[in-house]
Amino acid sequence: MESHVPHKQRLWLYALTALILIFLVLPTLIVIPMSFSSANSLAFPPPGWSMRWYESFFGQEKWLLSAWVSLRVAFGTMIVATTLGTAAAYGLHVGSFALRGTISSVLIAPLAIPSILLAIGMFFVYASAGLLNSMLGLVIAHTLVAIPFVLITMTAGFKTYDLSQEMVARSLGASRLKAFFTVTLPQLKFSVISAALLAFIVSFDEVVISVFISAGPNSTLTKVMFSTLRDDVDPTIAAVSTLMLIIATVPPLVLQLLANRKREP
Amino acid sequence: MSRSAPSALPVFISSLSKHYGAFCAVDTVSVDIAAGEFLTLLGPSGSGKTTLLMMLAGFARPSSGSVRLGDQEVVHLPPHKRNIGMVFQNYALFPHMSVGENIAYPLKLRGVGRMECGERVGKVLDLVQLGGYQDRRITQLSGGQRQRIALARAIVFEPRILLMDEPLSALDKQLRETMQIEIRRLHDRLGMTTISVTHDQREALTMSDRVAVFSRGRLAQVAAPKDLYERPVSRFIADFIGESSFLPVQKVSGGLAYGGQLLHLADAADADLPEPMLMLRPERLDVVYAGQAARDENTNMFNGTVRSVVFQGESLLFEVGLDQGDVVQVRQSNRSQCTENLPSKGERVDLLLNRFDTRIVRGEG
Repeated sequence: MESHVPHKQRLWLYALTALILIFLVLPTLIVIPMSFSSANSLAFPPPGWSMRWYESFFGQEKWLLSAWVSLRVAFGTMIVATTLGTAAAYGLHVGSFALRGTISSVLIAPLAIPSILLAIGMFFVYASAGLLNSMLGLVIAHTLVAIPFVLITMTAGFKTYDLSQEMVARSLGASRLKAFFTVTLPQLKFSVISAALLAFIVSFDEVVISVFISAGPNSTLTKVMFSTLRDDVDPTIAAVSTLMLIIATVPPLVLQLLANRKREP
Repeated sequence: MSRSAPSALPVFISSLSKHYGAFCAVDTVSVDIAAGEFLTLLGPSGSGKTTLLMMLAGFARPSSGSVRLGDQEVVHLPPHKRNIGMVFQNYALFPHMSVGENIAYPLKLRGVGRMECGERVGKVLDLVQLGGYQDRRITQLSGGQRQRIALARAIVFEPRILLMDEPLSALDKQLRETMQIEIRRLHDRLGMTTISVTHDQREALTMSDRVAVFSRGRLAQVAAPKDLYERPVSRFIADFIGESSFLPVQKVSGGLAYGGQLLHLADAADADLPEPMLMLRPERLDVVYAGQAARDENTNMFNGTVRSVVFQGESLLFEVGLDQGDVVQVRQSNRSQCTENLPSKGERVDLLLNRFDTRIVRGEG
C-alpha cells in the first residue's frame, strides 16, 4: 500500500523502532565481542582481542562433558517431544471427543506455569521416582516443556492441510498409519522440522529445571554455566553463550532459507 | 442399462441407518445396485446422501444395517480393505507427488511392479485423455485436468466399485457439462458399478442409469431419470426434479376434479393417491387466447389471466393466474412463428394440458 505520510513526519517512529531493536537485540549480541576479549573478567568494551576463552572452553572437561550432556538431552527431547506432540496435535485436530479442550489446555499448560514451580514439583516427584540427576529424568522434564511448542507448531501445520487427502489415500488401499506417513507427514515436513528444532532449542536452553534436577556427571551446560557464574566470572561464559547462540539461531535460519527456496519454483 | 465389466459387483444396501445422537442422518435406507449400474444419490444438502456414501466407503460406521459388495458384508471392513475407488469433491490429489506418482499410489500399495505400474498409469492417462502427463506437478493442472487425474487414480487399480462425492461441483458450468458426458462415456466403457453423490439434478439425470432421491435421511424415490421426471411419486420429488406448479384437486365420483371440473387423467389409478395434487410441468402446457381451443376428452383446460411474460432466450416463461386463484407457470419455446401470436400481460387465456401429461402426485411436503 502506498503511504501518504511523508518520511519526515515519521522520524519519531523510526527512532522508536531503532530504540526497541537496540534494547531487544543488543543484550543478546553483546556477549559476542566480550567472548573474544583479552581481559580476565567480563568487560565491555573489550580492551583487546583473543581466542583464549574459546581455548578455555574446549580445554576444560566440565564444559565439554556438560555440553555433551546438553546435546544428548536436547536430541532425546527433540525426538520424544516431536513424536508425542505431533501425535497429540493430530489426534486433537482429527478427533471430536468430549475431553478435547481439556487435553489441549493441559498439554499447553507448562507454557503458562512458572518454571520454578515446575522445577520444585519435579524435584520432589523425581526424587521419589529415582530420576534425579539422570539423563532420562532430564529428557522427560524437557519433553514436558517442549511439547507445547511442538503442539502449537503442528496444530498450525495441520490447519493448512486438507485431511481428505488422507481419506483418499485410505480409500486407495493405505492403512491409516500408512496414509499418515506417505501422504500427510511429507506435506507437513517443514512444520515437523520447525517443531523439532524448537524442541531441541527449548531443551538446550532450559536452565531452571536443569538446575534443580541435574547434577554431577549429568549436569547440563546451562547448569554448569549457572554455577560457574556464581563462583567466578570469567569470559568463558561469554564464549559458551556465543556458541549456544549459534546453535540456537543457525539451524532455524537455514530452514527458513530452504523453505523460501522451495516456495519459489 | 450399460454393459457391466466382468469384475463389476452388485451392491446391496439394506436397512442402513446412521444416527448422530438424536439426529438421524440416514434412516433405514435399502437399495440394490446392479453390477455395472450408475446410480446417483441426489438430494438437498443435509439429506443424508453424503453420509450414505461415507458409509459405503467405510469412513462412517453405520448405526445399523448392512452393506454387501457381491456376497461380502463390508460394514466392519476399514476403508483400505474395501477395494473401492473414490473421487472426492475437492479431488484431494497429493501435491507432493507428480501426476504419475499420484496415479501409481494405489498400485504401489498393491505391490504392482515398476514396469507394470508405468504401463497401467500410461493406459489410464490415455483413458482420461491426458496421455503423457505423468511428470506434471499437480499445481500445473487446471481444474478439469485435476478432476480427470482424480478419476484416473480412483480407477487405475480396477476397484470393484467407484464412488464419487460431488465430483463436478468445483468446475464451471461449461466444463461440468462436458465432464458429465465424459464420465458417462467412461462408465459405459469400463462398466464399473458407480455410485455418485450430487445436489445437481441435471448432473444426476445426465449421467445415471438410476437416480435415488433423498429427503431428510430417507429414500424418497429410486428410478431411472425419465421415470423420475415423468412419474415422481410425491410433490417433493416433482419439485426437486425439474420445475413444476401444483394444483389442489378434489376427489369426486368418477375421479379427480379441479375447480369443479373433472380431470382426464393419464392413469386413472392416480385418483386413489392420498392428498392428491395435480403436477404441472411448465413445458407441457400450451397457452392460447381464451375461447380459441375446443374442449375434448384428451385435453384438460384451465382458464386464467396472464400475470407476466419473461423472455428467457430459448423460451418464454408465462405466469398465469387461474380463475380459482392458483398461479401456474407455463414455458413456451421460442419459435418465431408461434412467439409472435402469444398473449401478453393482462390478457385472458386458456391453458391446455394433454391428458397423458396429466399426472397426480402425493401432496406431502
